[in-house]
Amino acid sequence: MTNIAAEIDLQPLESVLAAYAAKPGSLITILQQTQEIYGYLPRPALAEISRATGIAPAKVLGVASFYTQFRLEPVGRYLIMLCQGTACHVNGAESISAVISEELGIADGQTTADGLFTLKHVACLGCCSLAPAMMINGEVYGNLTANSVRQVLHDLAAKEAE
Amino acid sequence: MAMRVKIGLGSCGMAAGARQTQTALDEALAAAGSTLRSERTGCIGLCFAEPLVEVVDAESGQNWFYGRVDAAAAARIATEHVLGGQVQEDLLLTPDELHFLQSQQRIALRNCGVIDPENIEHYIERGGYQALRQAVCDLTPEQIIDTVKISGLRGRGGAGFPTWFKWDACRKAEGDIKYVICNADEGDPGAFMDRSVLESDPYSVLEGMAIAARAIGSSQGVIYVRAEYPLSIHRLELAMQAARERGFLGQNIFGSGWDFDIYIKAGAGAFVCGEETALLASLEGERGMPRLKPPFPAQKGFWQRPSNINNVETFANVAWIINNGGEAFAAMGTETSKGTKVFALAGKIKRGGLVEVPMGITLREVIFDIGGGIKGDGEFKAVQMGGPSGGCIPASLLDTPVDYESISQTGAIMGSGGMIIMDEGTCMVDMARFFLDFTQKESCGKCIHCRIGTKRMLEILERITRGEGKPGDVELLQDLGRQIQAGSLCGLGASAPNPALSTIRYFADEYRAHIEEHKCPSHSCRPLLQYHIKPEKCRGCSLCARKCPVGAISGELREVFVIDMGKCIKCGNCAASCRFDAVEVL
Repeated sequence: MTNIAAEIDLQPLESVLAAYAAKPGSLITILQQTQEIYGYLPRPALAEISRATGIAPAKVLGVASFYTQFRLEPVGRYLIMLCQGTACHVNGAESISAVISEELGIADGQTTADGLFTLKHVACLGCCSLAPAMMINGEVYGNLTANSVRQVLHDLAAKEAE
Repeated sequence: MAMRVKIGLGSCGMAAGARQTQTALDEALAAAGSTLRSERTGCIGLCFAEPLVEVVDAESGQNWFYGRVDAAAAARIATEHVLGGQVQEDLLLTPDELHFLQSQQRIALRNCGVIDPENIEHYIERGGYQALRQAVCDLTPEQIIDTVKISGLRGRGGAGFPTWFKWDACRKAEGDIKYVICNADEGDPGAFMDRSVLESDPYSVLEGMAIAARAIGSSQGVIYVRAEYPLSIHRLELAMQAARERGFLGQNIFGSGWDFDIYIKAGAGAFVCGEETALLASLEGERGMPRLKPPFPAQKGFWQRPSNINNVETFANVAWIINNGGEAFAAMGTETSKGTKVFALAGKIKRGGLVEVPMGITLREVIFDIGGGIKGDGEFKAVQMGGPSGGCIPASLLDTPVDYESISQTGAIMGSGGMIIMDEGTCMVDMARFFLDFTQKESCGKCIHCRIGTKRMLEILERITRGEGKPGDVELLQDLGRQIQAGSLCGLGASAPNPALSTIRYFADEYRAHIEEHKCPSHSCRPLLQYHIKPEKCRGCSLCARKCPVGAISGELREVFVIDMGKCIKCGNCAASCRFDAVEVL
């Protein structure tokens, strides 16, 4: 635990806390900006937020664990957000998930050993007419088939290998 | 001939490649020595034909729609049509496809796909902010509320509560500060109209909020928007900035001495935050858990102050109503459901997208006439309305008019207007399982009936779809459902059993097939599938055996192959790869 804490640089968090710590009702905003900085919510950062805002640590964690946007673990370089909306479900999102799991050897919520990919099932992305759809680092891929999703994963992996 | 060329740049269009199309258009124009460039617009709603390009003859106003425009097509449209005046007939949308647009009546979507969402001048040119000017300079707050009352506008977020009533209650409530809050936490899977409005015409939402604020006596607005909608947030911020610069937001609006401004709060992903009191808790930085009403938000809302909460689409209608009068809005629709409603068509539908139609037209007209019916050669089975709070409406009820009451009678709800179309390949038991899985995860955990009841319902449905259903399961689901409805504080729990109850009501035979015969009639529940090679069709090519990932298929070349169901993992590779149609699914 102390090892992990030592690796987290809390410096970038200071400006966020300076701007919002004293403003009532800003906990979610603070957590969102913290996640922007680190890619997830490291425990030492949560402790620092609690200290600076005076909000009890249990409550900070309570809010952080309530909302799906927040991650308590680091994610891979590419975060695959696979849509679980109704239209995607009806159009075969489940088999797309199976293909991704088979290709990368990870289940929902897991990260590949090389730290490249994380698979996350997410609520409706609102791209229902492109179902089944996924979003990787902000980019939407629609009308997915087993082959097209394999191609996307291979292309990203190849780009990283270069 | 002066031409303009517009391209739809909503997030759906971009996902379909609209940015590449735009680049190709502009490069082709530049290469031909023209100074003309494409114009950005939002989502026009023809999602099935994205990326979409519209060419407009600036003099005559005549326009042409091109669909599925890739880079090559874009270059051709730029040089041949925009510059050369030759319409590219083969790339145009067909009359059938255009019918999708022409059969609509657009009020909330009046500017979507028409204006540049990042240019306030476009909105002003189309009459923008005249309604606000009228509301501030010419009308009393009572007159504004009265106009909305006459219009019959009801909340478009799902519950359908009369908008004027909420405004009036908030106006009459005591408080030093009052808040106008826009609920843009569109969490209903399968609904994307709010995203589209925010991305394509953020101005009309801001104007609607300002008019509401004037009526209520509020000086502060908040938009609670999903963090998953970054483009919406971006365009709202630009629109707010532009409105401030022109005095439509900020201090002393239209010289009246009245101040009103808006800020954005990004939600963090929780379906329950669509519920008013949960949304308020989330705005205050808490876990989004609902509380008992009363007191209603109109009395004690955000920071215990009187607060009025309306949905995006509701606000988008307001300026139109002020400009055209409440009577004009009330002239459309039915006795109890006035005006128009936006629906998001998705699923197994030929032409998916956004449509805005008068209330009271039938489901059949929306799905078959406008949406073109089922994609592929399947048969229509059901339409799901209202998402996790709604239900599945079967083919026998396709002539139901879309209004709040008629849809509720079917066991579904109007909800925010998502319509997911399903064909016979969709299993209704699996649909119920899918939604219970959703609500079970999204239950905030406050009420025991919702937290534990949805979990138990999910477990039963999972068992049934695994082929382990037991006699009495259906009755147990119904009993649990009634208890959850009665024992939950908020709409999430009260409506969570609907997907199961409505499918039991209309598709009882599918439940029976799963439980008694361990069969899924839609061939969708994988554990219930049986694969079999028809001896009369098998040529013994061995392709299926080679495609099988677990070695479950064996046989000699040019002899009939067999599947060992003990080993089979039901991946379907054999059926997909067979060139002789010899693998059947039972």
